Amino acid sequence: MNQFRYLFVFLVFAGLAVFPFFSGQYGVDLATKIMVMALFALSLELLVGGTGLVCFGHAAFFGIGAYATVLLSPSDGPGSVLWLLVASVLAAALYALVVGALSLRTKGVYFIMVTLAFAQMAYYVVHDTPLGGGTDGIYLLMKPVLGDVLDLDKANALYGFTLACLAASFGFLALLGRSRFGRALAGIRVNEQRMRATGFSTYPYKLAAFVISGAMAGLAGFLFAVKDGTVNPELISWHLSGEVLIMIILGGIGHLRGALIGAFAFALLQEFFKSEVVFGEFAKHWHLGLGLTIIASVALLPRGLVGVPAQIRERLLGVSSAKGGDDESV
Amino acid sequence: MNPSDILLRGTDITRRWGGLVALNKVSLALERGTVHAVIGTNGAGKSTLINILSGEIPPSEGRVELLGQDVTQWTQPRRARAGLGRSYQRNTIYPTFTVFENCRLAAQANHQKPWSFWASAQRCDASTTIAHAVAERSGLATMLDRSAGLLSHGQKRQLEIAMCLATQPKVLLLDEPLAGMGAEETERMLAMLQELKTDHAILLVEHDMDAVFRIADQVTVMVNGTVIATDTPANVRTNPQVRIAYLGEH
Repeated sequence: MNQFRYLFVFLVFAGLAVFPFFSGQYGVDLATKIMVMALFALSLELLVGGTGLVCFGHAAFFGIGAYATVLLSPSDGPGSVLWLLVASVLAAALYALVVGALSLRTKGVYFIMVTLAFAQMAYYVVHDTPLGGGTDGIYLLMKPVLGDVLDLDKANALYGFTLACLAASFGFLALLGRSRFGRALAGIRVNEQRMRATGFSTYPYKLAAFVISGAMAGLAGFLFAVKDGTVNPELISWHLSGEVLIMIILGGIGHLRGALIGAFAFALLQEFFKSEVVFGEFAKHWHLGLGLTIIASVALLPRGLVGVPAQIRERLLGVSSAKGGDDESV
Repeated sequence: MNPSDILLRGTDITRRWGGLVALNKVSLALERGTVHAVIGTNGAGKSTLINILSGEIPPSEGRVELLGQDVTQWTQPRRARAGLGRSYQRNTIYPTFTVFENCRLAAQANHQKPWSFWASAQRCDASTTIAHAVAERSGLATMLDRSAGLLSHGQKRQLEIAMCLATQPKVLLLDEPLAGMGAEETERMLAMLQELKTDHAILLVEHDMDAVFRIADQVTVMVNGTVIATDTPANVRTNPQVRIAYLGEH
């Protein structure tokens, strides 16, 4: 099975790499947007699947990354990709450090609520103050460039850059998952009490995971702002925090590729139910169709889309593949 | 008695939960090369004592010394790294990991290096070597690749001890390691404890009286949070106070 997982991930990235050669402008735009969401979902997977911390305020880091990109862009010309990227990632990481330091003192439902509260706090700061243009949000007038090498105003360049960020983040998390740090996070997820009794100070581990995750969400926010050219408070709202949670649940928690699959499945379902060609008048009620589909898939696929092959195998052959522990992370 | 042979000492440990006194001025000393059993009825405060000694909960009063150092203010992970290992009454293994990974992760506690994210944990030679050694020592060498959750109850208890040993502790606090074990498994565990005590100080909380009196060098008897006797097994057996309070039903 191991080889298949790596093969699958390789094929996904290879497919994404050649995709623009076969698709039109709309396809490239949509795929860029989905890859940004996939990166966002990956960042949350490190917390939920990797460490067992259910964060319900992850949009805060995404939104702060996006707002930082727009607010720090110069008004008289395009900003530098390098500087804006680093700045937005750092801004998100800094907020994650503060939120993590406080919220990680709680557990379970309280942790969920505290992370939500911090995200709502950020939401109301941009919603109710002139800092970020209030409810209307603000526009990114000039998309950032990197000298003459990279101009993110060009759709294909942005596509390539987003793909590179996604692949690099995926590779980084895959390395992290098999490292001692990642194994310690897995231990914390399964049995934190035991980890402490064994000699691991679990708080710094969880905080480090939280900051890495927040920084990565900030990177996704940077890409989103560049892609969309505008930011508004919805990027920090709890709806988005919920959506990204649904993505990783849909894909299958506990696997990095689950976040990829979940983000693509979610976005494609959304496009499908929004399509007036298919649903006509009913398309404006797309939330209903999407919601029912998600409820059905969670009920029928408790291990997410990632678990579908194993589920089919069990059904057909009547064998359980639940052996060998969950030492796989990819 | 050479004081440097006292590896763990608790002095006047008191723990109150609101108005309830769970432990009342409990003192005990664990010596290298001995098994020190703590017996008492349910609610006597045995598990609370282990929790305080290991740093899981703080005492209301009193002090804990590990290897001659005052560790009362130390967190549990810090005490663990300094050589204090404990097992739990109920199994607290990592059920979804393999037996090997359970041991390896425990061994990793002394070789944490969290920043080396590029290197696979399976290449951490220090922890893999120890993991193999402790699995061998506790008779689990043939089931390294099995998911720990699928082990039998007795094997889980063995794994629990193996994980404890993987941190290379000097003091072992064992909370009912024999609970629910069959006769054969009990014998194997007692043989292992007998072997371990040569280079460790062991605190043993146990309900199996036959086992306790066979293996213990010192026995502390607790009733309602208070120590009523600490003595050799032979003397404890004949202690009239103990007979009335505890062994009367025996």
